[in-house]
Amino acid sequence: MTTGSPAAPALELRGIRKRFGDVLALDGVDFRVAAGTVHALLGENGAGKSTLMRIAFGLLQADAGTVSIDGRHMTSLTVRNASRAGLGMVHQHLSLAPGLNAAENVSLGGQGVYRPRQAMRLLHALAQQSGLDVPADARAGDLSIVQQQRLEILKALARDAKVLILDEPTAVLAPPETAELMVWIRRFCASGGSVVLVTHKLREAHAIADDITVLRRGQMTYGGQARASTEARLAQAIFPNVEPLPATLAIVPAGDIVVSAQSVVLGGNHGGVLVHEASFDVRRHEIVGLAAVEGSGHRALLEMLAALRQPTAGDLRLPARVAFIPADRQRDALIADFSLVENVALFGLGAARGLLNWGALAGRSRELIQRFSIAAASETVAARTLSGGNQQRLVVARALEHPVDLVVADNPTRGLDVQATAFVHDQLRRVAANGAAVVVHSSDLDEVLALATRVLVVFHGEVRECAVDRDAIGRAMLGAA
Amino acid sequence: MRKPIARALALAVGVAAIAAALILLSPNGNLGSILSAFWRGSFGTWSALVSGTLVRAIPLAIVGAGLSIAFRAGVFNIGGEGQLLLGAVAAATAGLEFTSLGHAGTVVALLASALAGAAWAGIAAVLRRRFGVLEVISTILLNFVAANLVSYLVRGPLQEPSGALPQTDLIDGSARLLRLGSTRLHYGVFIAIAVCGAAWWFLNRTAAGFRVRAVGASPSAAAVTGRVDVPAVAAGALMVSGALAGLAGGIEITGVTYALYENLSPGYGFSAIAVAILARNNPLGVLATALLFAALETGALGMQRDAGVPSVVATAIEAVVILAALSVGRGAQWSARRGPAVVAS
Amino acid sequence: MVGPARPGRRGIVTGMALFVEAAVRTAAPLLLAAVGESVAERAGVINIGLEGCIVAGAYAAFVFGAASPVSGYSAAILAGAAVGALLAIFAVVRGHDQVIVGTALTMLSLGVTGTLFRSRPDHGFVFVTMEPAVRVPFLADIPLFGAVFSQPITTYAALALLPTVWWWLHRTHAGIALRTVGDSHEAARAAGVRVVLVQSGALLFGSALGGLAGGALVLAQAGSFAEGMSSGRGFLAIAIVALGRWRVGGVAAASVVFGAAMALQYVVQSLGWGLRYELVLMIPYLTTLAALGLFSRGTAPAMLGRRLTN
Repeated sequence: MTTGSPAAPALELRGIRKRFGDVLALDGVDFRVAAGTVHALLGENGAGKSTLMRIAFGLLQADAGTVSIDGRHMTSLTVRNASRAGLGMVHQHLSLAPGLNAAENVSLGGQGVYRPRQAMRLLHALAQQSGLDVPADARAGDLSIVQQQRLEILKALARDAKVLILDEPTAVLAPPETAELMVWIRRFCASGGSVVLVTHKLREAHAIADDITVLRRGQMTYGGQARASTEARLAQAIFPNVEPLPATLAIVPAGDIVVSAQSVVLGGNHGGVLVHEASFDVRRHEIVGLAAVEGSGHRALLEMLAALRQPTAGDLRLPARVAFIPADRQRDALIADFSLVENVALFGLGAARGLLNWGALAGRSRELIQRFSIAAASETVAARTLSGGNQQRLVVARALEHPVDLVVADNPTRGLDVQATAFVHDQLRRVAANGAAVVVHSSDLDEVLALATRVLVVFHGEVRECAVDRDAIGRAMLGAA
Repeated sequence: MRKPIARALALAVGVAAIAAALILLSPNGNLGSILSAFWRGSFGTWSALVSGTLVRAIPLAIVGAGLSIAFRAGVFNIGGEGQLLLGAVAAATAGLEFTSLGHAGTVVALLASALAGAAWAGIAAVLRRRFGVLEVISTILLNFVAANLVSYLVRGPLQEPSGALPQTDLIDGSARLLRLGSTRLHYGVFIAIAVCGAAWWFLNRTAAGFRVRAVGASPSAAAVTGRVDVPAVAAGALMVSGALAGLAGGIEITGVTYALYENLSPGYGFSAIAVAILARNNPLGVLATALLFAALETGALGMQRDAGVPSVVATAIEAVVILAALSVGRGAQWSARRGPAVVAS
Repeated sequence: MVGPARPGRRGIVTGMALFVEAAVRTAAPLLLAAVGESVAERAGVINIGLEGCIVAGAYAAFVFGAASPVSGYSAAILAGAAVGALLAIFAVVRGHDQVIVGTALTMLSLGVTGTLFRSRPDHGFVFVTMEPAVRVPFLADIPLFGAVFSQPITTYAALALLPTVWWWLHRTHAGIALRTVGDSHEAARAAGVRVVLVQSGALLFGSALGGLAGGALVLAQAGSFAEGMSSGRGFLAIAIVALGRWRVGGVAAASVVFGAAMALQYVVQSLGWGLRYELVLMIPYLTTLAALGLFSRGTAPAMLGRRLTN
């Protein structure tokens, strides 16, 4: 089956260079996966990991460099060729067609006539073989995140993938589900497959991988066996110049209640119930972490706290001044083509009346840029010209410009590098110290643990208090006691 | 391809296509005579300019200003034609009924026309808001309904007394817009300028206007960060553009035709789309582009008279202009196309 | 059109038969355009230029139909596809807004066909031989509904299209790929499907059918050309697709209903009933608006109208 030498690497990239406009995303990166191993590709957000893998899979074209799959040099690399050569990829933002069923999704990319029964049989066979179970005729959009991920893996396996690239697969999983996935990966490698695990989670990579490569700003800063490294060494390779985090601000004891929810029920659009009978308080100076898997109803809860959604039953008291930092910055927080001044004016626009004083708004914007150290040429540039980190600084700046009683943040550091992340955390801690209540949700359990003084777990619409402990939270996220 | 070259290329291709078409179509076959016929029809004589082009530019500018507001909100109002007709109906009815009001009659007629236009657009707005019906479809269908309604009215309830012609009686003199001197240019020109100025000021200086722009640029950001009632703003923008289209219809009745009849509008509602797009949805720019398209249309009439080229070629030329304008402009003028809400979810 | 206002019993039966025949005949072009549009929309493209495709097809059929129906229909298909090609270039490939480009193309088509028509030396007083109805031997003799089996060939073509399109969308990999493109560009790309190619192809198919519908208007219905004779059928077809929930069966049903609504005008005309003609003309549009308001809750393809993000 292999055309290369017996010791041919499952996947080899040499000298990969890729530029996006002004930014050099990858600067001559080498990457080599030995057959039958798990190779972790580590690095912080923006390091170039996903870009590298997308190039390997044929979704992007490199400016320079070569790709070899299973010892075979790929001259013209498209998704089709890569798949045929045995490479499969499970994407960070799952790429299934939500309106099609599982069997159709798995068959995607085939040729000729489609026979549903045959496709179903194939799916069942694959599921048996790999130990990943998925309902065959449900709409892909209706499946849970874990099921969708399994389906994506099955899609790759259906094409006889021998090398699987998993791009941040544990970002959306609860710890027990992550453990299950790791077991599966081991099994896959034991039977001859190879896995590339793209992740920013150090501990995870160190635990499961045979080899580790660390990328930083498009360059390789470490490459070697996992056994031969320590977590500290890896951390150094990931972000070498990190300032020790500032001494945590003294924890102020919780003050009076600013949010009070009594038996609150949130209804869904089609008659279902998203959140049942939730009762909880939030007090000043508290940072309440919200932990949940996708689909548990936590999004609706956050919208309710942000005063964007009304409870259908129960009693909710929210303070007057609420600031919301939404998860999807590009879609919900900023208007890319508007200037920074206009984006500042956007905040709370619904309540504005009469004329807008653009001069005053420009002054406010300049002040915010100063106060929050936003790297921007001026307040008149378009928001799209700012980097992700600076865009988020603007979002946070805008939200915290005036005193608030409650800050609701949804994945506030997604896609940000270490500096920007530290900035956001610092701001949240400050505003809590100054008297606001903070509710923050993050898909990254480590972040929740780092920030929160209290944790609420949402599972299937139930909201429950939980100890600030990794294992307890992990179990609670999946509904166990 | 570099932007400036692409720009020039697109324009060159457009112009060449138009020239070729014109030559092919004319029995005369002489580009020179065609162009001079065009010039005579549009700007060449004082009468053509003032009584032809400027008069024609007035409804184009007013509808265009309304469309620039709607398009900025991401609302695709293709029903300007129907809204204009309803405004004309209202103005004609008011002009015929309220004969004892003196010059206030004009004001009443114009107000009625704006209200009628807003109401007609309101049907589409309700369909969009309550039932999620794509306004592109509903406004176009309403155009057909409006045209048939006018036909019905001028052959039935509103027909002039002798019953010989499919039109209404002439409206009372007091309800008519005054003219400037001995030309056909009427006071509507001041209304047009005022409307464009007001629309610009609205979009750029008021909070409500900024809401319109935000909703069109990113409905999700407007809703989540701005806490803007997006459906309400969209409906409002639709109705404002309907009101202005209706007003244009009222102005045609009180300033130009003085009576309602079939085929009142030579496609102002559609030309205004080109007017707004070329002006990049800037109401002040609309004043210029309205003039341009008015000249295009009067020039085309001139070409038909003197060079035998059918005047409907102006519609085709306007379409080419839209496509050329799109090609050379940044795509960012238009609302982030998040997918038209054909159905409520 | 002055006539007695009390149709007798014989009049009612004749009226009904006339109505059924007219309804089916009028529905056929709508069905052709709607099926084509539904394929385009399943791929995520909305073709506001469909009206332009129909008009272009009608004019082409008028010009080339004098020679033979085959050349007329072929020309109609090509004309419709040409309009669709322009939409593909500007909206799919170059990424401009589909609605604006579509509107411009409809204007272009109306302008060009109107101009060409008016400059004809014979001033358009030409009648094209309408193609004869093809009768199905026994079925065509059934009293009331026999009219369904005595139809121009385009009607049969439209009916044959229905199961074919369904089969292609659901039982071939190409059809799955097309539906995926309309569902999620990312999913399509990740599977190696070329989104631009699929959308362009779907658009060409839809607009070719639109052109054919225009051809049917001329060669199977009117017998000649008039400016703007499409009368909004393109937009009705788009509405029909939404009402039929983008499913072949629903689209067929909705087309029949609207064909019937449009057929009313012929029936009223020939029976001399007392309804005002202009009001009757409004019925198809009003029915469509009402139906859209009442019935159009359903799942549109998620990518409908969305630009490609690379």
